[in-house]
Amino acid sequence: MGRYEVLEDVALADCALEVEGRDLNDLFETAAVALTELMVDPATVETSVERAIALSADKLDLLLYDWLSELIYRKDRDQEVFPQAYVRVSGNGPFRLEATVRGGIIDRAHTALRADPKAVTFHQFAVTAVDGGWRARIVIDI
Amino acid sequence: MAVAMPTMKVRPAGDCVWEIPPSEKPGMRVPARIYASEMLLAQMDRGVFDQVTNVACLPGIVRAALCMPDGHWGYGFPIGGVAAFRADTGVISPGGIGFDINCGMRLIRTHLTEADVRPKLRELVDALFRAVPSGVGAHGFVRLTEVEFRQAMVEGAGWCVRHGYGWPEDLEHTEGGGCLPGADPAHVSARALERGLKQLGTLGSGNHYLEIQVVHPGAIHDPEVARTLGVDRPGQVFIMFHCGSRGFGHQIGTDYLRRFDQAMPRYGITVNDRELVCAPFRSPEGQAYFGAMTAAANTAFANRQVITHRVREIMASVFRRDPRELDLSVVYDVCHNTAKLERHVVDGEPQDLVVHRKGATRAFGPGAPDVPDAYRAVGQPVIIGGSMETGSALLVGTAHAMAETFGSTAHGAGRTMSRHQAKRRVHGARLIQEMEARGILVRAASTSGVAEEAGFAYKDLAAVVDVLHRLDISRKVVSLTPIGNIKG
Repeated sequence: MGRYEVLEDVALADCALEVEGRDLNDLFETAAVALTELMVDPATVETSVERAIALSADKLDLLLYDWLSELIYRKDRDQEVFPQAYVRVSGNGPFRLEATVRGGIIDRAHTALRADPKAVTFHQFAVTAVDGGWRARIVIDI
Repeated sequence: MAVAMPTMKVRPAGDCVWEIPPSEKPGMRVPARIYASEMLLAQMDRGVFDQVTNVACLPGIVRAALCMPDGHWGYGFPIGGVAAFRADTGVISPGGIGFDINCGMRLIRTHLTEADVRPKLRELVDALFRAVPSGVGAHGFVRLTEVEFRQAMVEGAGWCVRHGYGWPEDLEHTEGGGCLPGADPAHVSARALERGLKQLGTLGSGNHYLEIQVVHPGAIHDPEVARTLGVDRPGQVFIMFHCGSRGFGHQIGTDYLRRFDQAMPRYGITVNDRELVCAPFRSPEGQAYFGAMTAAANTAFANRQVITHRVREIMASVFRRDPRELDLSVVYDVCHNTAKLERHVVDGEPQDLVVHRKGATRAFGPGAPDVPDAYRAVGQPVIIGGSMETGSALLVGTAHAMAETFGSTAHGAGRTMSRHQAKRRVHGARLIQEMEARGILVRAASTSGVAEEAGFAYKDLAAVVDVLHRLDISRKVVSLTPIGNIKG
């Protein structure tokens, strides 16, 4: 997996992340894990479901936007979070994502809750090719 | 004296008024105006200055881009930002409302005093924590069909009252009567409906909360107006809660931010921050968003109405009295994140404006439209939340606010540090213990969330309120001190 860090001095009321991956698949997987870790302690989620997600977008950054938005949507609709994500990004405009995510229900008796993301914002939103892979900056409305 | 910021000059323009002239950033159509004391201005992060000047670049903006004294770094507009756009030629910007459409505050009065409540405080906090679900993944107790949810989008809090979740007079004491005109469910996506359908009656997380508060004797700043608002005894207990449109509104914000991102170039508009994507208010996209946004605003009113019903049930159960005997009437309910079509006087002429308030509160003065009959002489109540450690404030709007800030004021204390920084400074469980030792009981779905909301992460609310009072855009009436807090 890639790495991510919280940018402490950006968007005080929200959560600004910088995510890096060795390739686009790794970037998208790491972003998903970062989002899950914002929401819950992943060690307290029982793995009970596996979901397939397929998305497409004209631009790469919008694909990332839609990917994270999809995970936030499922958190509210189904009360499910996914500590594990396996992503394949393909295409060169339009871009396509096919993913398998594994996780489970937010069980209030056992799951350690953290923040409740509302949405991905476009503030400072960027997906950039860098030496050794890809980097994304994402500010999430908490 | 001009305060030199790293990239632009901020000049004094009056007592507690600062201006950044249009010359300071290419594309600014109007000045940026920040309302703050010198101390509060010095505390403002660099995001405030960059963001308020970006807002000043948006098409159709009138007079100035404003920032209230609780201003801090947002994700497009500064939090505490207010901007008005001509309805005929100006834009609407989803980022200028935010994802939590009609996040707002409701204040409920009781006949109880602190002496009545203290012996049962833990029981009450625990019961409210169970009755009003909070935190990530919470689902509410009201089960609506999709048809009913669409009705609530149009009818707002009125749907709840007609279905037994409230009293008719609650609507009179809610901004807009608890139902804003213009909601259009046809412009709401199926995803938004699916996301929000099960969340009616939930509190959310982050800076959302439900508090049991006390008015200490020394905290009544204007006794006459306080009596008009129903503050009538020392130690009187109030219940305040802060929440919005939940996943439903968040999804509408997401949907339309995405849609405007694609549509905006067709209108020849560019923005400095992509979160400020916008479209002409009168365009198909602008009207579709306004219809969907208003639907979300109405469901937020419905959400706070359902929570009011739960509060009354719990209070009746804990104190073994009929809710009416405990009073439990709504003092008022205000919005923080909206765009509303309002008529204001600009350069001597009344104009129809789309007033965006992002983390800002309406503060209409005495005699203004939509001020309830009971408050017409004193002005619209303004409910401003501070921190869970230091308390909140009740104020009233003023005639001067109508002239100066499009009838707007602050909404909170404003953050001084990020959530992550706050969590590094204090552990949530320890903070809960410390607060209990000081007489404030907390029940939280997330202890890390408590740490993020520590008092030191917020500015001094009294300093913010004093500026509002000095500016005469709101007049302080009462300070409210928390004794119990429920959060997600």
